[in-house]
Amino acid sequence: MNKALPLLAVILCVAFCARARAELIVEVTRGQDNAIPIAVVPFMAADAPDASLDAAAIVSNDLYRSGRFKPMDRKDMVELPHTGAGISFDDWRRLGNDYILVGQMSPQGPDRYVINFELYNVLNRQRLLGYQISANHAGLRLAGHQVADMVYDKILGVRGAFATRIAYVSVTGVLPAKSYRLVVADSDGENPHVVMQSNEPLMSPAWSPDGQSLAYVSFESRLPSVYVQYLKTGERKRVSAKAGVNQAPAWSPDGKKLALTLSTRDGNLDVYVLDLETSALTRITDDPGIDTEPQWSKDGQSIYFTSDRAGGPQIYKVGLKPGEHPRRLTFQGNYNARPRLSPDESQLAFVTQEDGAYRIAVMNLKGNGDMQVLTRGQFDVSPSYAPNGAMIIYASRDRGRGVLALVSSDGRVQERLVSSEGEVQEPAWSPF
Amino acid sequence: MKKIVAIACLCAAAALLAGCPKKNTTVEPPNAGSQVPGAGNANANGEGASTSATPLGGEEGAMGAKGVGPGSAVAKIIYFDFDKSDIKPEFAPVVSANAQYLIAHPGAKLKLEGNTDERGTREYNIGLGERRAQAVRRALMLQGVAENQLTTVSFGAERPAVEGDNEEAWAKNRRVELVYTQ
Repeated sequence: MNKALPLLAVILCVAFCARARAELIVEVTRGQDNAIPIAVVPFMAADAPDASLDAAAIVSNDLYRSGRFKPMDRKDMVELPHTGAGISFDDWRRLGNDYILVGQMSPQGPDRYVINFELYNVLNRQRLLGYQISANHAGLRLAGHQVADMVYDKILGVRGAFATRIAYVSVTGVLPAKSYRLVVADSDGENPHVVMQSNEPLMSPAWSPDGQSLAYVSFESRLPSVYVQYLKTGERKRVSAKAGVNQAPAWSPDGKKLALTLSTRDGNLDVYVLDLETSALTRITDDPGIDTEPQWSKDGQSIYFTSDRAGGPQIYKVGLKPGEHPRRLTFQGNYNARPRLSPDESQLAFVTQEDGAYRIAVMNLKGNGDMQVLTRGQFDVSPSYAPNGAMIIYASRDRGRGVLALVSSDGRVQERLVSSEGEVQEPAWSPF
Repeated sequence: MKKIVAIACLCAAAALLAGCPKKNTTVEPPNAGSQVPGAGNANANGEGASTSATPLGGEEGAMGAKGVGPGSAVAKIIYFDFDKSDIKPEFAPVVSANAQYLIAHPGAKLKLEGNTDERGTREYNIGLGERRAQAVRRALMLQGVAENQLTTVSFGAERPAVEGDNEEAWAKNRRVELVYTQ
């Protein structure tokens, strides 16, 4: 029974997919010193009829982007084996590789390809992986990411997050005629698709825990409303359009509720929880300051948020049981905002102010609460963890333009995703 | 050992996800393409221009409805200092002139659009923009403007007046725009 909130289901233009023009190009700006050397041998002959389907290049780029691997340059390869039997291990070892990935991609009927691949430890010649993946043409990029995920997992013991997606807001045009697009792309920025387009601001995309829907803020009615959009069909619902502020949606871990920011008539922002099924609202914070940017703990029992109740914005945590009081978590510096919890909940990422610059910082939640500033930009905001916790994607500036950037959660690897067009902001990394 | 293990679920996942691009969609809200304030939109009131309001210079605010509100002699933007929401003395005349108009025209409606510069987090800036809009609302009400003539909205840093990563641009973006909708 939806009594309080108007539900507006819009299904439009489901016939085609729009490819976003703003493609993202990756530049690794700082890698890890002890990156693991690996040879990713091309899966197809260079003169193959459809050499554009270079799945091995996708694997190699993924591993390189992680900062944890140093893939061998193809032009230094003296032979190109496709199976384990063809590997001259001594030669590959002399070329400095610890691991070698070989594979063969072959067409099987119209629009169907099979990739057989094997991963070997070059030093002891042990076969670590041997799998077959089948995909159609459109699925080959994903297949490459999945191979990279398996290699990453096998060698590092950490689940790979290459076969995941990012959502972000792309802004094009000149004032006052700006165009805002909500885009979903592969984790490497490729394969972008526009899921929502408006001439008014779009903000704060948030993935549902099942990765099927995005919640976001849209000003399309010239007032802010929170929408939930199901990505497969494009169907969307307006879930919050109260008088005043409707902002900062965050999904509960079970996907049944949204934490969000609403305001009273005199403009006091507080955090609420909206039950998506019943539309029931529960007020979580009650303070004259600005309370916003909620984020759930994994057990759904507490919420992290930003509040300027003590003057400048700082990060607080409050339990959802009645009678619990918010506890302040950040004390270093006068501006700490927009908390995001690492997937294992050992670390909190947020925006901090340092020498007049806004940067991404992390705080150790398990130990002594140490804070570490990870980035060096002037306008670094909107951090979002990869679902494996290895990297944090965030919004930055490059020569006056909004770009996306990544930093490893230990700060050792940094890279930029440069858009060919417009401004890119507010990245949100999908769940697995 | 060349026997390769086939993983059915991987294949299925690849095939399933491979189909996704075809199903991805573009959803445009009904009025997204419109540049006319209030077009096709129940929340704005652009169509209800009051006959008692005489537009003098044909001026409209950046996003204001045409032909309503006081003329161009009355400023409709109030600027703020960094991280501040108090109205500086130099903008008291702007508040007074608009208050007088609103009191003389009880049917007039004013939307207060709060904005910030680009620095800081986006959602916290929404809060700061709202705080500025509320400061202007309170100042107008103190001068006798009826509460039901005023609404607020915060765009935070999302709708800058000018582009630029410098103090000159930021100063122009920290503002409340007074937009007459009726």
